[in-house]
Amino acid sequence: MPIPSPLGLSALAASVLLPLLPLAAADEIPVGEFASLTGASASFGQSSHKGTELAFEQINAVGGVLGKKLRLITEDDQSQAGQPATIVRKLISQDKVVAVLGEVASSKSLEAAPICQQNKIPMISPASTNPKVTEVGDYIFRVCFIDPFQGTVMSKFARGRGWKKIAVLTDVKQDYSVGLAEFFIKGVLANGGEIVREQKYSTGDKDFKPQLTSIKAAQPDAIFVPGYYGEVSLIAKQAKLLGIKVPLLGGDGWVGDSLLKVAGKSLDGSFFSSHFSAADKAEKVQGFVTKFKSKYGEIPDDMAALGYDSAMILADAIRRAGTTESAALRDAVAATKGFDAVTGTITLDARRNASKSAVILAIENGGFQFVETVQP
Amino acid sequence: MIEFLQQLINGLAQGSIYALIAIGYTMVFGVLRFINFAHGDVYMLGAFAGFYTAPKLMALSGGGPSYFGAGLVLVSAMLICAAIGVLIERLCYRPLRQHPRLTVLITAIGVSLLLESGGQYLFGADPEAFPEIIADSAIELPASWGILSSLTITVGQVIVVGSTLALLFILRTVVLHTKTGMAMRALSLNPIAASLAGVNIDAIISFTFAIGSAMAGAAGVLTSIQQPSIDPLMGINAGLKAFVAAVLGGIGNIPGAALGGLLIGLLEALVVGYVNPTYRDPLVFAVLILVLLFKPSGLLGKPEREKV
Amino acid sequence: MKSLNPKLLLVLALVLAAVANCFSPSLNPYYYDILITIGINIVLAVSLNLVIGYTGQFSLGHAGFMAVGAYFSAWVTLNFGFVLGATTPATVAVYVLALASGGLVAAAAGLLVGVPSLRLRGDYLAIVTLGFSEIIKGVIQNAEPLGAQRGLGGVVQHTDIFWTFSGVALAVYGILALVHSTYGSGFLAVRDDEIAAEAMGINTTKYKVLAFVIGAFFAGLAGGLYAHFKQFIHPEGFNFLKSVDIVVMVILGGMGSTAGVCLAAVILTILPELLRAVSDYPWLPEPVRNLADNRMILYSILLIVLMLNRPQGLFGKLNFGSGKS
Repeated sequence: MPIPSPLGLSALAASVLLPLLPLAAADEIPVGEFASLTGASASFGQSSHKGTELAFEQINAVGGVLGKKLRLITEDDQSQAGQPATIVRKLISQDKVVAVLGEVASSKSLEAAPICQQNKIPMISPASTNPKVTEVGDYIFRVCFIDPFQGTVMSKFARGRGWKKIAVLTDVKQDYSVGLAEFFIKGVLANGGEIVREQKYSTGDKDFKPQLTSIKAAQPDAIFVPGYYGEVSLIAKQAKLLGIKVPLLGGDGWVGDSLLKVAGKSLDGSFFSSHFSAADKAEKVQGFVTKFKSKYGEIPDDMAALGYDSAMILADAIRRAGTTESAALRDAVAATKGFDAVTGTITLDARRNASKSAVILAIENGGFQFVETVQP
Repeated sequence: MIEFLQQLINGLAQGSIYALIAIGYTMVFGVLRFINFAHGDVYMLGAFAGFYTAPKLMALSGGGPSYFGAGLVLVSAMLICAAIGVLIERLCYRPLRQHPRLTVLITAIGVSLLLESGGQYLFGADPEAFPEIIADSAIELPASWGILSSLTITVGQVIVVGSTLALLFILRTVVLHTKTGMAMRALSLNPIAASLAGVNIDAIISFTFAIGSAMAGAAGVLTSIQQPSIDPLMGINAGLKAFVAAVLGGIGNIPGAALGGLLIGLLEALVVGYVNPTYRDPLVFAVLILVLLFKPSGLLGKPEREKV
Repeated sequence: MKSLNPKLLLVLALVLAAVANCFSPSLNPYYYDILITIGINIVLAVSLNLVIGYTGQFSLGHAGFMAVGAYFSAWVTLNFGFVLGATTPATVAVYVLALASGGLVAAAAGLLVGVPSLRLRGDYLAIVTLGFSEIIKGVIQNAEPLGAQRGLGGVVQHTDIFWTFSGVALAVYGILALVHSTYGSGFLAVRDDEIAAEAMGINTTKYKVLAFVIGAFFAGLAGGLYAHFKQFIHPEGFNFLKSVDIVVMVILGGMGSTAGVCLAAVILTILPELLRAVSDYPWLPEPVRNLADNRMILYSILLIVLMLNRPQGLFGKLNFGSGKS
């Protein structure tokens, strides 16, 4: 057998030696984060990472927690299934983190959660909304509300506006969209409304005229589009072109930089539910927005706010526990009550989901307007 | 009936885009006998080229959307893509001309992945909003058309179909009535005889890539008029469908590619509108498999005999 | 290799795997993860090498077969895990049966893909196999019992060093044995010049289908090992990029060289982890760190550079294919 190439040998050697170098100093508390920093879901991961990073910076600026600084060790799962398990194992066994923050996508949280649970390391997801995530075990938490709540919120809102005949346009490739649509439809039917047409599309589609033509023929009062901003922006534009005048309704998946840039005026008159509004005049929110803007040069979105809150709640839990020992830390996180966060007042319920309010935002003149807060 | 006509109109506009991209596939196959996997990503680069040049070019024509400005953007994107196509051929495919086909195919896959992941790295993974180079709006059909007036035809759709026809006409003129076009046809018939007759193989191949890529670049800009959300991965899906279109029409046959593109666009619109939107992509693969099984030379192609 | 009895080597490998397994609890879980992943990747690469390297059929859909094996075996253990009893030997027996049946179902899928692909060559075959892989993914995404778009979780972690490396030993032995038999000459004949092979009376259909079926079987086996290690599988984990991962291993290793492909699998499993370590270090400039994180850019550059400079990969032979089909 030929001699392995020198490159291969040195790569092998380096891979064994390099990871042995410690990443966190002795007087630091290592905290792990896994997110999609590259790949198809990169925009979400990068947002939440920025929020988390800002939080850590602020915490350490006032001396850290329990007299030690917090060290954020971030790993990129490259938006690829299969990666979260590996990198979370690395964070836990190699970097010896006391807790793990992540992920935005529910499927990735579901992959990593069993590992955190088995190793008794608390995991806090900033934005995974699939109910199954926290069902994995008592070490898994989230600081956002879940799909059943969000779907119901929008159905109540529709009822409140007097819209009874609703069409639904779902992204069948996304579990998030399917879940939200399911709970929305349940809510509408429970309130005496009627679903006049259901149409589907897939993430990445660019042309929705066929589906919208069909929806237009059903003459709904409003259209629920629980998808992601990439497609929603095009849907709105094409709906207006086809002469559809009724409002569109959506969820937190609408939040994205390019939503309004692409849709322009075609989203005026539409509404969506969200975790956070940068226009909220509350001092806590504005303080966060200002600091985020000065550090990153952009306005923070939902994911950034949730990333920030997940880090803050963890720090608060460490403080309350007085230790980073896993069982005590877990209990402290579970006991989070009335925490004054950027995305609202957060209490973690018995199922380790966040009980908090949702905000409903309207789009007017190409900008977001705060409409109302809906309590759980 | 109205809905059917509406879907036909939608399909026509989408099909024009596929036709433009398919031409690039078919032309390259004609001269080099290989599928340029990276061609779909040239379409994506055309959209991004337009995205970056549009602000400056639109300013030249007064700032707002205008036909003149749009024309400038279109031409600039075509030129940029032509250059990119020639560059890729020169760097990655020309050195491998004597190598087995498998090697070139793998290289093409590598180039495609590089363009996609490189695009994500350079442009960011988030979709960008393509600037409005033409004010897209629905055309008011006169009421005298009766029931037809409830159809929605947008300015964008008209521009897309119109530009495609214009580009196809120009291409036809080049291929049939110029010496270079004749050289291209000679090359695709018999490379050795063509070189004996004095055709500069390298130059003609570069020219072929330039034209094919320019078409794809044009498609990128035209599509962004209707669907102004562009991202680095947009070439994958469109490229695949255009490839199937090229095969359907007869790979190596330019009118075939145009025909194939239109057919695929129409088929898609009808399936999405009347059957089930989730079948849109699998349907295209099904078409490919059926064509390859039953009529591999496509609708307009002639069966090729493989000599040993 | 002729001097050592291959069957003896196989038994030796199995024993070694069992012994190594005893040491695994003391191993750092991260390294354990990497080791198991190496094993799974070797099985994937070696099985794809049979299809691409030895038989010259350029298949871009190997992840689809892996998905079939992963989902089927996971479904078996999730629904029938206790059918033989609740004791450890009983559940492990079900696991082994699940792995085997996953491989067989994947082999059936290989048959389904192989037969229509018979008349296709090179470029078309690549796209059609890609298409089949997407169709398989689409079927899974619409199948409720398999978790559809949510993914399938709660799979018991049966996979360990013993099972993984037994799988490796079996795959390597099986494929090498096949290749060194008369079948092997058949595969190579199809790869080198299909028309000449047909003219000589070799049933190219049989060899092409056989390559697909056996390649798919081992891919399914790898999928089963994977599912019972990660404990959660999602359709997007078996997409085109995963197929590309495996293709890069085969190309780097050298098509037609089992040893090369094994080494390439090891290198390409460790390399991303190494790059991760590189991107962790804050004293490196940001663009370098971002680049290290972007595996796809590096893989694509690797592919292009390899094809331009050393198409035979690390250990392959240059004379595959005669430039015709």
